[in-house]
Amino acid sequence: MRTVLVGLALAALALGVAATATGNPETQAQAGGCAKADLNLIEDGRLTLATDNPAFPPWWGGGETRKPWKISNPYSGQGYESAVAYAVAKQLGFRSQVDWRHVPFAQSYRPGDKNFDFYMAQVSYTAARDKVVDFSNAYYFVNQALVGREGTAIVNAKTRGELRPYRLGAQLGTTSYQYIVDHIRPSSRPLAYRSNDLAVQALKNGQIDGIVVDLPTAFFVTAVQVEDGVIVGQFPNRGGRERFGMVFEQGNSLRRCVNRALNRLWANGTIKGIQTRWLSRAAGAPVIR
Amino acid sequence: MGRGVPIAVASTLVFFGALALLVTRAPGWDRFKAYFFDWELYRESLPEIADAFLINVRIFLIAEGIILVTALGLAVLRSLPGPVFFPVRALAVVYADLFRGVPTILVILMLGVGMPALQLEGIPDSEVFWATVSLVLVYTAYVSEVYRAGIESVHPSQDAAARSLGLTRFQSLRHVVLPQAVRRVIPPLLNDFIGLQKDTALVSVLGVVEVLNQAGINEAADFNGTYYLVAATLFVAITIPLARFTDWLVARDRRRRQAGGVAT
Repeated sequence: MRTVLVGLALAALALGVAATATGNPETQAQAGGCAKADLNLIEDGRLTLATDNPAFPPWWGGGETRKPWKISNPYSGQGYESAVAYAVAKQLGFRSQVDWRHVPFAQSYRPGDKNFDFYMAQVSYTAARDKVVDFSNAYYFVNQALVGREGTAIVNAKTRGELRPYRLGAQLGTTSYQYIVDHIRPSSRPLAYRSNDLAVQALKNGQIDGIVVDLPTAFFVTAVQVEDGVIVGQFPNRGGRERFGMVFEQGNSLRRCVNRALNRLWANGTIKGIQTRWLSRAAGAPVIR
Repeated sequence: MGRGVPIAVASTLVFFGALALLVTRAPGWDRFKAYFFDWELYRESLPEIADAFLINVRIFLIAEGIILVTALGLAVLRSLPGPVFFPVRALAVVYADLFRGVPTILVILMLGVGMPALQLEGIPDSEVFWATVSLVLVYTAYVSEVYRAGIESVHPSQDAAARSLGLTRFQSLRHVVLPQAVRRVIPPLLNDFIGLQKDTALVSVLGVVEVLNQAGINEAADFNGTYYLVAATLFVAITIPLARFTDWLVARDRRRRQAGGVAT
């Protein structure tokens, strides 16, 4: 027992010396049990990440260049989430040894062994969810937004109260849907679609007047998916800022190292830079009070 | 008889005891239990999910009422004799083949997304409307086959006897053949209706927050699957009484006919 303690102390000392000696940001992030070899990974020497398929801009990018990925290619490093993932991977000491798996959202939290180290697909932290899985620190602070169609009455709404008479929809199981139910409280029951695509289709068909999505997605929807789509506005956060976190198996020790990497990326401005590159268009939208 | 009961009790205890032991000692049992059997969430969410279930109830009540009529019509058309009615029979066969062959969920998706996309004046764009239409189309095909089996099970001599008494073809069908046919097919008919009741959950693909979507929404909000158990209970709570009612109906019918047989 004592020899183990002494050994640990020596190892920690050695790592500390190594870190201060080189001053290299990567080795600093890898100190304290976060050396590449010490990480808790499902596949040795490789970082196995997961997201949903298709993955949509501006969160993902790179086109359909790699099977089986549709719309975007997570391996590209393009799009906000892919760029953050590769920045974190670099902090942990990985460059090309990153694999991506296709995991539907519901599969990311249901019981059973996870086949990924962590999962990124605009998953918002909530206290209830945190009891079942573990979340990393925030990698994005998000606002919900409303998309309508040009020439329809809904685009003139300035307050949440004015939105109540309209038929609204969102993707099933998202905080966007929850936002409609909890904060807009429309007079007709909102619709919940299996995918954002189905919600967009219903908006185009005129079956619903508006869809609620996160603000960056709203820019993608109006720019690419709905020709006459307009962002009616973004909603202020209620009860604290909503944030996206990476999803881990509960108790996974890798989370501590990812958090350390994220803290560094926030501190040294890397994340700000990635935001400017991929989400700068998603800044200015009128606020619906 | 004397030894049969204790043996049955013992074998039941051993069988279910072993099964319970096997499941509860599975390595993931604790996680499974936490995910699907959270009684507090169960109680809390029951009113909300039951409220969403009312949409399913409304859909199947309306659909069943319509199907009873349309399916009978289709079955009669398909039983029309003679070469003149060949096109009608052929059409009825094509219809039944088509709507029994295409998965119900696809019919719902195609009509529910497709019809409103046409943007035609006067065509409703309510999801619930098109979902109900889809279920009526699909289950009319199933149920018409049940009716047809019933009609064909009535011996031709019944029809011949009715016609020889001077009844028209329609009168014979209406007063002699159909009453016997329908009575015989009540159990399989209700069997199809139970299937229909469960298939109302497929309406969820159109975004309607009925029982399955409400459960899915709650699951994603809490990352807990107990809500599906709530939904399952609601379906079972409706189908079990219906099944017992069918059994009772059939037993009563048999009693009456047998009683009549003894009296004459």
